[in-house]
Amino acid sequence: MSNSSVNNMSQTAQPSADGNNQVDAYRRRFMGAITGTVAAAAAITLVPGVFLREVHAADVTPRPEDQPADAKIRWGMLIDTRRLTDGGESMVEACKKEHGWGNDPKARPDQQAQWIRTVKVTDKLTKNSFTLPVMCQHCETAPCVDVCPTGASMKRADGIVQVNKHTCIGCRYCMMACPYKARSFVHEPLTDQLPHSPRGMGTVESCNMCVHRVDKGQIPACAEAAPQAVIFGDLNDPESRISRAMKALGGEQIRGDLGLNTGVRYLNI
Amino acid sequence: MSSKIITYSEVGAGKGFYTLLAIFAAICAVGFFAFLYLEHEGHYVTGMNNQIVWGLPHVFAIFLIVAASGALNIGSIGTVFRKKIYQPLGRLSALLAISLLVGGLVVLVLDLGHADRLIIAMTHYNFKSIFAWNIILYNGFLGLVGFYIWTMMDRKLKEAYPYAGFMAFTWRLLLTMGTGSIFGFLVARQFYDAAIMAPLFIAMSFSLGLAVFILVLFASYKWTGRELGDLIINRLRYLLAIFIAAVLFFELMRHLSNLYATEHHGVEWFILRDGGVYTQLFWIVQIFLGSLVPLSLIFCRFLAGNRLSLVIAAGLVILGGFAQLYVILIGGQAFPLVLFPGADVESSYFDGVTNSYSPSIWEIMLGLGGVGLAFLMVTIGVKVLRFLPESLSDGIVDKAR
Repeated sequence: MSNSSVNNMSQTAQPSADGNNQVDAYRRRFMGAITGTVAAAAAITLVPGVFLREVHAADVTPRPEDQPADAKIRWGMLIDTRRLTDGGESMVEACKKEHGWGNDPKARPDQQAQWIRTVKVTDKLTKNSFTLPVMCQHCETAPCVDVCPTGASMKRADGIVQVNKHTCIGCRYCMMACPYKARSFVHEPLTDQLPHSPRGMGTVESCNMCVHRVDKGQIPACAEAAPQAVIFGDLNDPESRISRAMKALGGEQIRGDLGLNTGVRYLNI
Repeated sequence: MSSKIITYSEVGAGKGFYTLLAIFAAICAVGFFAFLYLEHEGHYVTGMNNQIVWGLPHVFAIFLIVAASGALNIGSIGTVFRKKIYQPLGRLSALLAISLLVGGLVVLVLDLGHADRLIIAMTHYNFKSIFAWNIILYNGFLGLVGFYIWTMMDRKLKEAYPYAGFMAFTWRLLLTMGTGSIFGFLVARQFYDAAIMAPLFIAMSFSLGLAVFILVLFASYKWTGRELGDLIINRLRYLLAIFIAAVLFFELMRHLSNLYATEHHGVEWFILRDGGVYTQLFWIVQIFLGSLVPLSLIFCRFLAGNRLSLVIAAGLVILGGFAQLYVILIGGQAFPLVLFPGADVESSYFDGVTNSYSPSIWEIMLGLGGVGLAFLMVTIGVKVLRFLPESLSDGIVDKAR
């Protein structure tokens, strides 16, 4: 390794006093992006829960029931893996509760549905490791939408990718096509499904960005469960919190090489 | 169309015919029972899971579909390429093609999570989906080959015969390209995502279709006591060798180009070296038993003209082709998806691990049911219509060409 790159590393990764300052600076930038002002970031550090709830309400505007999904909007999510103290487990639990999955007693573990999971990633060379939640990435050009023969796997005008349960024939071609293994097939009869989250044997299902909540002006359950690490909002609106955060900090895609332009983006992966 | 020297007739309704009918009907019933059980219980009773989403039923289905388009080749060589020696086999070739396709499609449909929604698949089309295109290609194939048979059987449609043959041939090439592209168009999977899947599947269809055709031809002529001369047999024998070599060529190119690209090394070493059952199926069953042994049987000087050796070679080609599809389908899914290139991943959803699959009895029953249905159709077909020439003796075949 050259001297310059060693120096670069020491500037960014060593836990020196300077490094700590840099981490603090980074935190301020992220929180600044979350709130929109550096001053408000200070307020968050003092009273995070209360303040964030107020900010979230402004991220999503409810969709009138007689209006179709707005094509001017593209819903997306930015997840900062360093701020997820549990690697995203709380997000997984919130999703389970919201959609009622995780209770398929007859299915083997490899047959059970998982709409969102935490994945531990360890670089083979450096051994650097991090954990992140992985769910449907809501691709702009989604392979699952391309391959579905009936059009059941579909993308809403506002960018949310989901399965139409009425026209899914259960061929599982979308599961073959998804690069993120984000989809599950329901292997057994289900009972007591939640009214807002239709699920049924013989169909494929996945994260739908809590479309029922978003339409009501609420943020997805997983985002609500990890307010310190997740921003949800309109990627098409340059003034939205998520757009400003991504402009300031970036937002990486998993398998960005596939060019799918995912709606779920990450920091620090 | 074949010369007037050739006379076609239905097979007799003897004890053998009804025994065969009963056997194939029973196999169909077994498959149908498996479908009812799966439909009622759900797919948790199968070996398939959220990692290996396509299992043994799909191997059976794709085998039958690929073999179907290949079985039509015998007719096409006679019609499109004007090789008159093949023309007497055209009717059986087309009947076998339709039957195998229906058998394969039935397995595919009955394995769906919602087989009851077949009507949706027929009425809602996403034209960017190669699967949707395949639905059109399958239906078109059945219609075109049905018409092709009609032109072969009805003198009034004699003029349409070459056109029907040409259309059916073109359509079958598109159909097999479509089947191969089901895998070729999967960007996410390391073992698929290659344009070569389309020609590979076409080559596979040539060899598998011919192998099945040879076995059906032998069986139907032996069981009905009709004469089958060496002239036609030897043509089929060397044709099979060419097709086996074509499959080997495309397999070689596919693996070589994968081995050249570093990003595919993981999956290549998995299939070729470290994949356990998949590696064994590839080298022992597909390459050795399914390709090299049949080639040796065909070209062995001491076995020239030996019919049993050709039957064994055709049987081995079928075995090898089945193994090949198993390796492509199941092996390709067993290798974990690459979420983060250059990193190890682990999760509760089996990320980063080799996915396991052991087919259940229900999947075997369902797959065999499709095979049973295909041969039930052939058995009924040759009984009710004039598909089989009364004799394919060397004298008659020689005069016909």
